[in-house]
Amino acid sequence: MFELLGISPQVLMGQLMLGLINGAFYALLSLGLAVIFGMLHIVNLAHGALYMLGAFLAWMLWTFLGLGYFWALLLVPLALGLVGVVLERTMIRRLAGFDPLYSLLLTFGIALILEGAFRHFYGVSGQPYPGPDIFQGGFNLGFMFLPTYRAWVLGLSLVVCFGIWFLIERTRLGANLRAATENPVLVQVFGVNVPLMVTLTYGLGAALAGLAGTLAAPIYQVNPNMGSHLIIIVFAVVVIGGMGSILGAILTGLALGVIEGLTKVFYPEAANVVVFVIMVIVLMFKPSGLFGREM
Amino acid sequence: MQSHSDKTGMIAKKRVSYRVMAAIGAFLAMMVFVMPNMLYPIFLMKVMCFALFACAFNLLVGFAGLLSFGTAAFFGSASYISAHAAKVWGFPPEFAILAGTAAAALLGLVIGAISIQRQGIYFAMITLALSQMIYFLALQMPFTHGEDGIQGVPRGILFGLFDLNDIMTMYYFVLAVFCAGFYLVWRTVHSPFGQTLKAIRENETRAISLGYKVYYYKLVAFVLYASLTGLAGATKAIVFQLASLTDITWQMSGEAILMTLLGGMGTLVGPVIGAAIVVTLENYLASTNLPVTVVIGGIFVVCVLAFRKGIVGELQAAWERSRNRRDR
Repeated sequence: MFELLGISPQVLMGQLMLGLINGAFYALLSLGLAVIFGMLHIVNLAHGALYMLGAFLAWMLWTFLGLGYFWALLLVPLALGLVGVVLERTMIRRLAGFDPLYSLLLTFGIALILEGAFRHFYGVSGQPYPGPDIFQGGFNLGFMFLPTYRAWVLGLSLVVCFGIWFLIERTRLGANLRAATENPVLVQVFGVNVPLMVTLTYGLGAALAGLAGTLAAPIYQVNPNMGSHLIIIVFAVVVIGGMGSILGAILTGLALGVIEGLTKVFYPEAANVVVFVIMVIVLMFKPSGLFGREM
Repeated sequence: MQSHSDKTGMIAKKRVSYRVMAAIGAFLAMMVFVMPNMLYPIFLMKVMCFALFACAFNLLVGFAGLLSFGTAAFFGSASYISAHAAKVWGFPPEFAILAGTAAAALLGLVIGAISIQRQGIYFAMITLALSQMIYFLALQMPFTHGEDGIQGVPRGILFGLFDLNDIMTMYYFVLAVFCAGFYLVWRTVHSPFGQTLKAIRENETRAISLGYKVYYYKLVAFVLYASLTGLAGATKAIVFQLASLTDITWQMSGEAILMTLLGGMGTLVGPVIGAAIVVTLENYLASTNLPVTVVIGGIFVVCVLAFRKGIVGELQAAWERSRNRRDR
């Protein structure tokens, strides 16, 4: 069958794997967007910039402090979470109660500042970031070669994604969170500190972006524009999946990564636009998205 | 995105309209006689192109309440089409600009039909995603010449009479295009159509229950916005003899938003003032060591947090306040 199409199984499997890795990043980022949107009802346009910041922090920890990959994996999400908390407390909070479009513009401004600053100091060329030694090499699966680091990225992001899903959909804390999304005033009356929850939710979303950035640093080059290219595709993913569900964000992210990978094999010219085309088709038949609720 | 109070009586309105006439006359006289002698005409033309660009965006966001993040798609594709028409097909400038504008209008019809099915932030994200798709297409299509863009576009001879290679002729032509575009926006806003748009912005459900086909009103507004943006982009391509990827990136859509927000959303002259400030600032910053994007982002943050009505909006509000105090 593969010979008929003139495509070797190695190429197909390789692209499928690359697609799955991209999909893992889409899933992590759209999950963060969905978590933030669910609680704050804002679209976080700074998400791509926070992802970029995460990758740069990992690179800086290694370059200036000599702290390796696993330190970065621990410290960067914490630092980004802190950045998120500060942004929410100092700026985003002030716009609660106004048209959500204003907070969209605010986060856009924050994204411009972050990206502009890094472009000013580091230029647009990428900084190489070495992966940890224990992830050198890979597995020979018989039909394809799977680099260990990519397997790690895929595994870790799946674990994190489903961990967050479990936290929100299956725990007491998650139940409070979802209740506060539906009716913040009532939940506050029951003695839950809703403003703190909102702040921490934004922090969590930012931490997820930081984690994605750290994971991406050894694969892609660390450069100031890495987020702004990715974030729009993630928006399309979010529109396709619909904002209603956490699981929807994860599954759509992975699926679109794979579809993009397959397009690279069969019709490479369309690989850049396939996600947007799917978005248009979904909007025509199900405007609220595949997993979304009508709002 | 902001509410208006049109409580002005008939007599007051008439008095105001004389003032408006005087202001327009003064502005025109200044633009025709004084400004080109004081400032570099190329700079003024850039300001006018971007002012039209911001006015078009303002028509959509300020009066129909639709925040589009896809302005660059229309601006950029119109500038590519008109540059290609003038350079490769040998169109005279007026037809090259018309071709670019028509292409933007057509694109607006398609993108509008898809995106106005959703509202608010979804609308913003969909227009953003679709305009990014147009960006990728522009990057890949052979006629746009990828990273190089279309360079050395001939300005040509307008109507076979006016040689646009003469800088002042070009200047007056751009002034005419800008005034025509601004007049169209003004007419639209003050027409029954514009009033209906405002009604939809204020309360869409009620507009639907009153029997308005909201979808078509929004679509017409969207196409109008796309065409005017296209007119600005096409004119810019002829003035600067260049169409490049910069015009079609999503950061350019952000510029339209910033200019409008800074000047005042939903005010007629706000976007013009916003555009003038942003273009001046960018020109100035280009000669310094300060990173432009950071400053632009900073203005965004300050605008959104501190004065959401924009310069003109805040001035209007202050004037209203002082008049109310005087009346009491």
